[in-house]
Amino acid sequence: MYAVLFFVFAGAAVGFAVNLLVQRHPIYSALSLIGVMASLASLYLMLGAEFVAAVQVIVYAGAIMVLFVFVIMLLNAGEEVRTRRSLVVRQIGAPLIVLLLGLITTTLYRQVPADAVVRFGDFPGQTAGIGRRLFLYYLLPFEVVSILILVAIIGAVTLARNET
Amino acid sequence: MRPSAVVPLSYFLVLSAVLFGLGVAGFLFKRNVITVFMSVELMLNAVNLTFVALSYAFRQLDAQVFVFFVMVVAAAEAVVGLAIIIAVFRNRASLNVDDLDQLKL
Amino acid sequence: MLPSAIFYTLIKIVVVLSLVLLTVAYAVWFERKVVAHMQSRWGPTRVGPHGLLQPLADAIKLLTKEDIMPSGAFRLIYLAAPGLALTTALLAFAVIPFGPSHTAGGVELFQIADLDIGLLFILSVGSMGVYGIVLAGWSSNSKYSLLGGLRSSAQMISYELAMGLALVGVLLMSGSLSLRSIVESQSGTFWGVLPRWNIFPQAVGFFCYLTAAIAETNRLPFDLPEAETELVAGYHTEYSSMKFGMFFMAEYANMLTVSCLATVLFFGGWQGPVPQFLPEVVQMVLPLLWFALKVLGFLFLYVWIRGTLPRFRYDQLMSFGWKVLVPVALANLAITSLVLAIQYS
Repeated sequence: MYAVLFFVFAGAAVGFAVNLLVQRHPIYSALSLIGVMASLASLYLMLGAEFVAAVQVIVYAGAIMVLFVFVIMLLNAGEEVRTRRSLVVRQIGAPLIVLLLGLITTTLYRQVPADAVVRFGDFPGQTAGIGRRLFLYYLLPFEVVSILILVAIIGAVTLARNET
Repeated sequence: MRPSAVVPLSYFLVLSAVLFGLGVAGFLFKRNVITVFMSVELMLNAVNLTFVALSYAFRQLDAQVFVFFVMVVAAAEAVVGLAIIIAVFRNRASLNVDDLDQLKL
Repeated sequence: MLPSAIFYTLIKIVVVLSLVLLTVAYAVWFERKVVAHMQSRWGPTRVGPHGLLQPLADAIKLLTKEDIMPSGAFRLIYLAAPGLALTTALLAFAVIPFGPSHTAGGVELFQIADLDIGLLFILSVGSMGVYGIVLAGWSSNSKYSLLGGLRSSAQMISYELAMGLALVGVLLMSGSLSLRSIVESQSGTFWGVLPRWNIFPQAVGFFCYLTAAIAETNRLPFDLPEAETELVAGYHTEYSSMKFGMFFMAEYANMLTVSCLATVLFFGGWQGPVPQFLPEVVQMVLPLLWFALKVLGFLFLYVWIRGTLPRFRYDQLMSFGWKVLVPVALANLAITSLVLAIQYS
């Protein structure tokens, strides 16, 4: 039964991602991306990463994508217009993307033993463990990342300010 | 037939590769700069899925901490990128990447 | 999972949902009556004794109103937004513990699902609630809706931060994200007489949480984006009949969620005196009564605040959220962790 759940959420993720490419209006692309993130959050739950799933919904789908939706609303982005240059990109790009896909897949395959399986419920979510790793072992990256966010805030406020 | 309660780990990795490929396709093919930016976020999500799957495979929590950092960096990048898009839109009044190809106004 | 466990869980879901929707309907009646009495008038009295059938009359009115859709609206998003708002408002009740741990037929009786990350689940569902509002405001293709939707969602996101920070103090004290563990860590007493509820050590955290939650649910004094005298009606200007009804229900369901959370996190949940001489069945049900009374107290507090305080202006609202609430919540977090570190060393 759990294998069926995996295929449901994986199919939903791929379906939403394809919808992101197919839709012409950016708001539908944004909503499709939110769908991808929600499906991925369910897959993280199946892999036992509860904290990461919750953070994915709270931060990624609940804050970053709201920012995208705000910008699409404020700039009143309309439907997309296809120009001539994109045709060339598509003809060269499509086979190269398939090649890239194959390369990534084979590289990843070599990293794990061939018979590795995911048994649901096998790796109980360890929020406390993540907290310990984050605040004891990775404390320096944590502090650096908080400075990074501060820089990003200052940069965004300066860039988007009305020069009056 | 007893329904299976296991899924091979490679399925997760293939799914991640497919999502990454779709993100690259969106980055190359779409003409609206916000949609291009969203394809970058899709690529980052695919990478996150790989990290979490490998964290399960090797039974280590470091990969999940790294996912946390990837999300934070993606947030900072989204904030600055969207601010740049707003500033560019104020000057060019166009969100089509084909119109944003010159350095002078 | 056994099929019988799935069946019992479905029954629990149906019971909890119907109770929540009934409470939401009567919360509207309760608010109208209480605000009316505060303003020296009667409130609804005509439909049924003391106006008790008023929610039924409102439901019939909303269902039979004409369904209008503005031209130029984005159909799919316009129709989906109220459903999204109501769904995210109701999802939070899946993890709230209503009573002590009793199992029957392999499932917990008084809680739908005891997640290890229960509190994070509620925060994530609250984050998704912003979408119902922002998409409703934008897809209505109207100036007032767009402005109201933008303001309302900006307010909700700002106060989400303060709310999350205020709750970390509670997490530090109980050491777990599961709501049932948080309630159970509040059992016992301080020095034999004061119950070990989190309100006593975390009073500042409680006030931060309550203020942030009132702003999060868009209620007075923080309801500028949807006040009738300000922006026509904000993000639900262009909605009529049952779609408006769904927004209305979502707002009161959010109120109910906040009251239940405040009870569970700060006031000991379902804990209260349970005399031992009562029969077994009554002893099992009495904690539910204590829970309901505390939640009712919080709903009354919400309505009392609504009837008493004037409205914040939007810039005052935003500056209060960022410049006052976030620093106070951070200070509460710092002091709590300092005290706990000293205690453990």
